[in-house]
Amino acid sequence: MPPLKQTRQGYVDALLELAPVLPQLVVLDADVAKATKTCDFEKKYPARFFNCGTAEQNELSVAAGLALEGFIPFATTFAMFATTRAGDQLRNSICYPKANVKVVGSHAGITTGGDGASHQACEDLAITRALPHLTVLVPGDYEEARQATHAAARHVGPVYLRLGRDAYPVVPELHDGFIIGRAKCLRDGNDVTLVSTGIMASEVLAAATLLAADGVSVRVLHYPTLKPLDPEPLLRAAHETRGFVTAEEHSIVGGLGEAVASFLAEHHPAPLRRIGVRDVFGQSGHAAELLDLYGLRARDIVRAARAVLATSVPVAAK
Amino acid sequence: MPNPFASPATPSVADLAVKARAIRRDIVTMVHRANSGHIGGSLSATEIMVALFHGIMRHDPQQPRWPGRDRFVLSKGHCSPVYYALLADCGYFPRTDLETFRRPGSHLQGHPSQGRTPGIDASTGTLGLGLSTACGLALAAKLRGETHTVFVLCGDGEQQEGQIWEAAMFAHKYQLDHLIAFTDRNRLQTDGDTEEVMPLDPLAEKWRAFGWSSWEIDGHDFVQIAAAVARARAEPGRPAMIIANTTKGRGVSFMENVASWHGTPPTADEHARALAELNHAAA
Repeated sequence: MPPLKQTRQGYVDALLELAPVLPQLVVLDADVAKATKTCDFEKKYPARFFNCGTAEQNELSVAAGLALEGFIPFATTFAMFATTRAGDQLRNSICYPKANVKVVGSHAGITTGGDGASHQACEDLAITRALPHLTVLVPGDYEEARQATHAAARHVGPVYLRLGRDAYPVVPELHDGFIIGRAKCLRDGNDVTLVSTGIMASEVLAAATLLAADGVSVRVLHYPTLKPLDPEPLLRAAHETRGFVTAEEHSIVGGLGEAVASFLAEHHPAPLRRIGVRDVFGQSGHAAELLDLYGLRARDIVRAARAVLATSVPVAAK
Repeated sequence: MPNPFASPATPSVADLAVKARAIRRDIVTMVHRANSGHIGGSLSATEIMVALFHGIMRHDPQQPRWPGRDRFVLSKGHCSPVYYALLADCGYFPRTDLETFRRPGSHLQGHPSQGRTPGIDASTGTLGLGLSTACGLALAAKLRGETHTVFVLCGDGEQQEGQIWEAAMFAHKYQLDHLIAFTDRNRLQTDGDTEEVMPLDPLAEKWRAFGWSSWEIDGHDFVQIAAAVARARAEPGRPAMIIANTTKGRGVSFMENVASWHGTPPTADEHARALAELNHAAA
């Protein structure tokens, strides 16, 4: 078993690294500072931390005002509230005027676990992808979240950073630098391409290992930036492999799967299966149980890859 | 930072009244020409806006981003006609730009767009956002020890939005005493009387209960507007919400206190009659 660490911890560790060198950086939270870990920042920099109470709409608009005056606000709350409760403020206070706000949505996806469907944001990527000017970052483990936070702080313009509640496997393949808009090729192969975003990287790599054991040549692409979507690795994989499986801890509507599918449909149509939450609300449970229940495991990715291979032709025969 | 604005002599109340009539003519003409836009709430806010831009606020149209300027946020963003007319009148952009209001390619969008139009400090449009954004502007000033004021103009119907009261609590918590807001209390919203659509009274009491200074004035009286800002500045530690009682559609007899003039453009005939009234008043 690889070690497990939280992406939200990577975020806050990065904030603590950035604070001394980036005096414009301030942090806002909405009464979930203990859960998002921004309480660690508050302890060290109380004058640069603003708890807005359970008022996420005000939080995001206040952050926009601070950004207009040159501050770099990290407006932190649960993904659910950042993108739905405060969706108007995200759109009209932040994205429309390109306010330099970093909106950080923690506790995203079904791995939020026990809180149940009301708190399991599985549509936040669909919403944020649809907003002009917004960069969407979905790191896959602690270290990638730490690096993504550094990149977000340096990036001029609004950013949505998606984090999770659970402790997720550390994936060393993800740690070789973070450039916004750049996908990572984790394995090379020419039968099938597996595409991950966020915490699905570890499941996708496990699936690749299982398939490789059966003699399937697997390419693995990881997309920690969902928007803008890095086109070149997809285009190359469309030419060099027989089809795609996408995997995300998010609805199959509007997230990675649809982003990849629509790109391929326009540029190089290819067989594709989507692994994700299949347009249903989640429920309470442990994160591991829910990943099993909603079909987000390596075995589900393997099954989808076999389906793609069964309906496609070898590249040489194209 | 020294104020580079070559401060003109403070205009007299008579000068301001002449200015207000000219702004009202611009408002009815812009909305008529665009065949869309919000007249009623622009006409009710005219004296407040004239007082702010031609007497109260420190600002420099030659340097729209001058850091020492007072900020202004039109939280009732649909009343952009009065805002654009004032900005043009101050010289932020040519008056002929007003002819492009709500047309493709124009910087004068239906609702204020920061970054597009010189002199606009915050994008607004969906109601309730502007006061919170102004809180961010005021907090930024406080963090840096800057002394400029952040002015906000809210609608009354807008205060049915929950976010307004989130901002109210925030400004009180962080003692944003350089935040001075007006409510254009014209008592009419799109669907009718505010007290029938969703009652707001007693509004000043609500704001005081949230820890703000708040009281009522006549929002068409330049002397009362200036005195209210002076009083708000004299009360340290608290933001202020000045409830300015106004008449929706003020200055055009057939538009006054008629809810349907919230967002209806005047026909050619109505436009001519409105201008005749506003010209006659100037005589």
